[in-house]
Amino acid sequence: MSVQIPTGAERLIQCLEREGVEYIFGLSGGAAMPLFDALVDSNIKLIMVRHEQGASHMADGYARATGKPGVVLVTSGPGATNTVTGLLTALMDSVPMIVLCGQTISPMLGKDAFQEADVTGITYPVVKHSYLVKRAEEIPLVAREAFHIASSGRPGPVLIDLPKDVTQGPCDAPFVDDVELPGYTVPNRADPEDISAAAELLKASKRPLLYVGHGAVISGAGKAIVSLAERLRAPMVNTLLGKGATDETHPLHLGMLGMHGTAYANKAVVDCDLIMSIGARWDDRITGKLDEFCVDAVKIHVDVDPAEFNKMVPLDLAILGDARLVVEDLLPQIEPADSEAWLAQCEDWRQRYPLKYPKQGGLRAQHVLDRLNDLTRGKAVITTDVGQHQMWAAQFCLSTSNRNWISSGGAGTMGFGFPAAIGAQFGQPEKEVWAVCGDGGFQMTQAELATAQNHKLPVKCLIINNNYLGMVRQWQELFYDNRYSGVDLEGNPDFVKLAQAFGVQAWRIKRPADVDRVLALAHEYDEGPCVVVAEVVKEDNVFPMIPAGAAVKDMLIEKPKAPMQKPTGST
Amino acid sequence: MSAAAIISPPAAETIDDKLGSHTISLFVHDRPGVLVRVALVFARRGYNIESLVVSPAAAGGFSRMTITCSGDPATLDQIIRQLAKLVDVVRAIDHTGDAAYETEIALVKLEVHDEDRTQVLQIAEHFNAKVVDYATDSVMLRVYGGSEKLDALIGLLRPYGMSELVRSGKILMARGGRET
Repeated sequence: MSVQIPTGAERLIQCLEREGVEYIFGLSGGAAMPLFDALVDSNIKLIMVRHEQGASHMADGYARATGKPGVVLVTSGPGATNTVTGLLTALMDSVPMIVLCGQTISPMLGKDAFQEADVTGITYPVVKHSYLVKRAEEIPLVAREAFHIASSGRPGPVLIDLPKDVTQGPCDAPFVDDVELPGYTVPNRADPEDISAAAELLKASKRPLLYVGHGAVISGAGKAIVSLAERLRAPMVNTLLGKGATDETHPLHLGMLGMHGTAYANKAVVDCDLIMSIGARWDDRITGKLDEFCVDAVKIHVDVDPAEFNKMVPLDLAILGDARLVVEDLLPQIEPADSEAWLAQCEDWRQRYPLKYPKQGGLRAQHVLDRLNDLTRGKAVITTDVGQHQMWAAQFCLSTSNRNWISSGGAGTMGFGFPAAIGAQFGQPEKEVWAVCGDGGFQMTQAELATAQNHKLPVKCLIINNNYLGMVRQWQELFYDNRYSGVDLEGNPDFVKLAQAFGVQAWRIKRPADVDRVLALAHEYDEGPCVVVAEVVKEDNVFPMIPAGAAVKDMLIEKPKAPMQKPTGST
Repeated sequence: MSAAAIISPPAAETIDDKLGSHTISLFVHDRPGVLVRVALVFARRGYNIESLVVSPAAAGGFSRMTITCSGDPATLDQIIRQLAKLVDVVRAIDHTGDAAYETEIALVKLEVHDEDRTQVLQIAEHFNAKVVDYATDSVMLRVYGGSEKLDALIGLLRPYGMSELVRSGKILMARGGRET
């Protein structure tokens, strides 16, 4: 009996099956044909997209919603380069992702072959690691290493470039279980001395603050952090990406901090005497002006990535380890801090400076998102695009459980929200998934309406349409003397008709009185994707706001009367 | 002179004072692309690598890189952490100020006229430089030692028509039982 030797492509797909891959998000092309051919006989479901950027964000949304690596498959040249934005997005936000790229045959590498691009070269700065596979027998080892690297430690994207002769040729190399990577260690439990040192510092604090980031989401540290907050009697704040790790409706939770965080969260940052980052990297959106950030507070940083220590702020204590394990190890040593006056102060700020928006003067995004929050009550997965709607969604849609909030933070990638929601819906078929998008970002990946419709995926897309690139317009209003430049989205399509052209159900919200009725229609609709277009007031601003480069204490609660200087901080 | 230098020469001076030269030693997994990944950690900040030596390590499958560069200590500390984070980098150590043996080789070609030859050979002898090529109108010297010694020799030879200079870049090894 003759045994058929699998091709490199077939072997790779078998490796993916062993890794538990359910879906591949991809778009075909010449150099990727052996891989697409191998998928015909696989149980892995191919989700064909309309643009490779869409595939990369779908894999990202899938990964963030499930914690498992999302897998992308594209062809060489432009197919691969179209994933670069998705790679950056995943790298900046520590998302596990595998991008498989077709490549020209290896004898043609470097000879400007048709659809050849130096993809490993182009993507070095936006991957956690990458491979150019030169021999088919390397495939099982490369696949196992790639999944291990992508999903362990601080997760990130790994790219595998696959010349067509490698995927087409025979490969009977055995599967690999254990990898040996002497340059790659994954921190686990922290040094017990560091844990004790943290307990001492927390005990001595009268105004402690727990600052929760995406690392807490990734490691599933939320439950332990809430126990820590309750036992220590300390308030919690979270970053944009830390939303959902801990329940934002918890009485000790002050919501999101930073540039557009709640006033009470930022006041707590200004006045705390100890701030403990749990998987948050002191991003410039959080710290504002570094020289004035928590100058007198003790700073503790728990992170799985030692390169983050002392990068932005000088630390009093760095704890290297997995966030969940660190907090769990810390819990037995925690006693209540003398913090009741501090908690009362935070509560007073919460009452005095609530998030608010005008109830008159037309339909407002905040109103729509406030009602969406009421409808979904933290149960739905909410993804966002990037801009004003993202910040309003972060403020008004409170996250109550892990992996229910998906947003492009570090990269700030417009076009992310809708495809990310598609990926999240594939990963969490039982959950209600809403993409909250602006009119600008939605148009960047709107072709994926076809992908959602093909699979009758019940994903819901709320487009906050103000016919502007609203966040840039807000800055031009506040800092550039109302000189609008390149922000007017005149020529926008009728988004309801656009959705209908894809066969997608769509509704419009024009007046505040429509909001609850239309959101309920979308909430009930389960026959496939649907779109809700909220035609909101054109010129509205996100507050509170800490202008880039300003100190946290100089947060604006509302628009100042006097014209303002241009911000000096990072973008 | 660049525009920046015209605008603020005093600032440039203060920066120079702060930016000491550092020697970083990397022990890396010998895989394609590792050199690019290392170089990009410097390049994304606009940092210049002053010298770089790559060679096989004692253990098969691994390489040594010795890098010299200048920068403020806080940024270099960050660079070293980011180098160590690379999957193919096993160790990254800043040996500046450590007890380490350092050396470098230089080849120097001089278009030397008859009247200067004796002078040049005397300087060479003083620095233990060996004449490795002797032609009608040129001399090639080979010298090794600490980078400061090489700098001093090159400074002395420069007035004698130095036409070519090749330096290997610094290599080092930690003394005693300490790891490089």
